[in-house]
Amino acid sequence: MSEVMLRTENLGISFGGLKAAQDVNLTINKGDLYGLIGPNGAGKTTVFNLLTGVYQPTTGKFFLDGEELTGKKQEIINRKGIARTFQNIRLFNNMTVISNVMVALNNLPEYKCSPFASMFRLPKHFETEKKMRDRAKELLDIFGLKEERNTLACNLPYGKQRKLEIARAMATNPKLLLLDEPAAGMNPNETAELMNTIRFVRDNFDMTILLIEHDMKLVGGICEKVTVLNFGQELAKGNTAEVLNDPRVITAYIGEDE
Amino acid sequence: MKNFKIKHFINYALVGALLIFGVIMHFTGSLRPSTAQLFAQIGYGIILAVSLNLVVGFLGELSLGHAGFMCVGAYIGGLFAVMLKQSGLDMKLPVLIIAMIVGGLFAALFGFIIGLPSLRLKGDYLAIVTLAFGEIVRNIFMNQKVFGGAKGLTTGSLIYDTRQSPTLFIVVFIVAIIMLALVQNLVRSKHGRAITAIRDNEIAAKAMGINVTFYKLFVFIVAAFFAGCAGVIYAHTTTPVLYSFFSYNYSIEILVMVVLGGMGSITGSIISAVFITAINFMLQSQLSGDLASLKNVVYAVILVIVVIFSNAPALKSFRERYSISAFFERFRKHDASKRRDDEAKWARVPSKIKMDALLSTDMAPDSDASIHGDISANDKGGSK
Repeated sequence: MSEVMLRTENLGISFGGLKAAQDVNLTINKGDLYGLIGPNGAGKTTVFNLLTGVYQPTTGKFFLDGEELTGKKQEIINRKGIARTFQNIRLFNNMTVISNVMVALNNLPEYKCSPFASMFRLPKHFETEKKMRDRAKELLDIFGLKEERNTLACNLPYGKQRKLEIARAMATNPKLLLLDEPAAGMNPNETAELMNTIRFVRDNFDMTILLIEHDMKLVGGICEKVTVLNFGQELAKGNTAEVLNDPRVITAYIGEDE
Repeated sequence: MKNFKIKHFINYALVGALLIFGVIMHFTGSLRPSTAQLFAQIGYGIILAVSLNLVVGFLGELSLGHAGFMCVGAYIGGLFAVMLKQSGLDMKLPVLIIAMIVGGLFAALFGFIIGLPSLRLKGDYLAIVTLAFGEIVRNIFMNQKVFGGAKGLTTGSLIYDTRQSPTLFIVVFIVAIIMLALVQNLVRSKHGRAITAIRDNEIAAKAMGINVTFYKLFVFIVAAFFAGCAGVIYAHTTTPVLYSFFSYNYSIEILVMVVLGGMGSITGSIISAVFITAINFMLQSQLSGDLASLKNVVYAVILVIVVIFSNAPALKSFRERYSISAFFERFRKHDASKRRDDEAKWARVPSKIKMDALLSTDMAPDSDASIHGDISANDKGGSK
């Protein structure tokens, strides 16, 4: 039996009277490619923000690999193994591609090095820098960004910026990868390439992936299971093909037949 | 060294050149006491500007209380040095160094105390808190009897007699070089990358596992430490140490050095610290009597002119051609050849169009007129 990677129990948050997310119960198995879909304003990104510690949930709990992470700080959650990308790309624009990846390696225990060791250029500093650079190059190579490693992140074409965001998230060595609308603003070719990248990440890194997406072709193409959110609540969940044909889901997206 | 880059050493070269210049002047006997004083001022100006640049330029937080940290260093380090002198330790250099460490550590402590609650604030709010801190701290020191009250802390026994030994500015420049090394090493490391990442995108930095609170606090403390050191140096150049010196205006002056030099550029901070300190000093000595009140006007006009023209296209291309890095690169063989390659590439670009045109003339000899038309059209496009 596959083991559970992420489990949320009645996870919810309200801003004043507005219940942005309510009773979200996700169960994602190890190695799953799980989709989180829903109309605009359904609370999908809110769920991501809850899972990464940007917001603290007002109700419910969530567990990663059996460990409760509710109420932890963002950097702690990241170290425990949840990494994410953003809906509107948030790269470190004034840094080179390789530096972007190296920033993500910063907090890993194997690259620990005190600021004073760096300030006084102790041997530890050089050792760590070299290890980080090698690891970053390795990752960039995997994601096909090796050629661009010394360009500024803001000068990359859009599709590659998305790719870099995924590479950067992967650098933090996560167990669960959250992708927030990875295909937003992409043309069909880029979307197809992205689907390959996502599948590649899942297979080669043995990763569990939860993704938000509006592009139903992408969701139908790669997600095995989906949960549909509407007005902060779960509307349906299950196998992708069944859920996408559920009349309630279709109503939520395109409205009722008059 | 594989990763040797000349630009990493420009800053040392700049400060080192100033130091050597001063030393040569001293040994040829042409160093006036006032010039030695100016050199010391430039020295601590560099320390202040570079350390503030760490906060404003690299971390991206606006701090308006840098003079406050300097004030802590000047008062506590100054008093400590006076006490050391009184207790019988009559060696100038060790006293200065010990006092600098003590003053720096106290300033760092203040940086920690202020930073811990206030670094949760962002942008303007942090600026206001640090501004308030600067004002509070100097007023507290003014009201302490130990520090001489409103009359200021008398540090007469610490003053270096510039006529006999101009060692102070030598020490100051050496301290500045050490500080530069530490700051640059910090910036060019994984920690520097984390700090710039916070400036570029705090939300993403947090999501990538960067401990934002730690880094903000750390940068704040390091900057406060160096400001404290600069304060101790100040206490060795002036007596009495007056609380009014560390006013809001002085914090702004340091900020002007940083902004004028370019945020996030250490070389820029050094150059503008030298420039602004020298202008201030010269205006002060040139404009005497009734003209003294013109000092601020002239200073402001110079600043406005510099800010306007530093972005003028002509000056920009001039800077690119004659920048310090380009100057140094001329001495490096392979870089120079690489640049020549680049130039050759660019030189080929316009001629390529003509070449194509010529080639096509060969292919179609009867279309001469239209080709000339093409070229002139191209020229027009270029000149637009």
